[in-house]
Amino acid sequence: MALDQSFVGRTYPPTAPYEVGREKIREFAEAVGETNPVYTDPEAAKAFGHPDVIAPPTFVFSITFRAAGLVIEDPQLGLDYSRVVHGDQKFAYSRPVRAGDRLTVTSAIEGIKSLAGNDILDIRGEVHDEAGEHVVTAWTKLVARAAEEA
Amino acid sequence: MAAKIAYDDVEVGTELPAQTFPVTRATLVRYAGASGDFNPIHWNEKFAKEVGLPDVIAHGMFTMAEAIRVVTDWTGDPGAVVEYGVRFTKPVVVPNDDQGALIEVSGKVAAKLDDNAVRVDLTATSDGQKVLGMSRAVVRLA
Repeated sequence: MALDQSFVGRTYPPTAPYEVGREKIREFAEAVGETNPVYTDPEAAKAFGHPDVIAPPTFVFSITFRAAGLVIEDPQLGLDYSRVVHGDQKFAYSRPVRAGDRLTVTSAIEGIKSLAGNDILDIRGEVHDEAGEHVVTAWTKLVARAAEEA
Repeated sequence: MAAKIAYDDVEVGTELPAQTFPVTRATLVRYAGASGDFNPIHWNEKFAKEVGLPDVIAHGMFTMAEAIRVVTDWTGDPGAVVEYGVRFTKPVVVPNDDQGALIEVSGKVAAKLDDNAVRVDLTATSDGQKVLGMSRAVVRLA
């Protein structure tokens, strides 16, 4: 059954702050094979004008996707997560995520489409720091594939 | 910002140094832990096949993280990335052997924008298949 269009525009409450740690950034950078010292060495980061080590550009997805769980698991929306694949992902940065950030995410449903039986859900996550300044916006497109005919 | 590439030194069509990124099952286990995405399609062959996949596949976000390295290694400062988006077109299939898979990424400057920014279009393939579509980054140069 197609998702209810009336959910478009629905905004979910901001998440509790996620505290970005230097060691978590290091772990992520190593997991994707990054060797740029800007991710691990505060002095190298300062040489580029950053106050502390910064996170790789896609790091923030771990935080925004967890926040998107509010949408994905909304029983009223009724998304069949077992059939979901990640379709598109986009980020727009005001500044890089850095160690010491305490980030909250506000998720909203930006679009719902039904195409050939597939449900397509666009979720926007606005990420702000503790001072309320915008850090990054993440757009996540999820596609719930049509269930096979019985 | 301290990108090491100057805006005036690039033109539309300028190619970025291409890179090849290896990915094995061990890479995926490590990425799962670091990212918190423990979906078994990324580490459990039996589960992956049950849901209709040819084998374990890499996290799309892993591929996305590798592809942007062609841009960030070029500019020097990853903080210079203003926008980055991709479409996940085909999965990167990762066999359970010592070789794993390879993700090959190239990029070129597609447009010069205002404010010292350029748009870079990326191409990512694995096993001859295009794995990312509409893969674009906007990056601010020196």
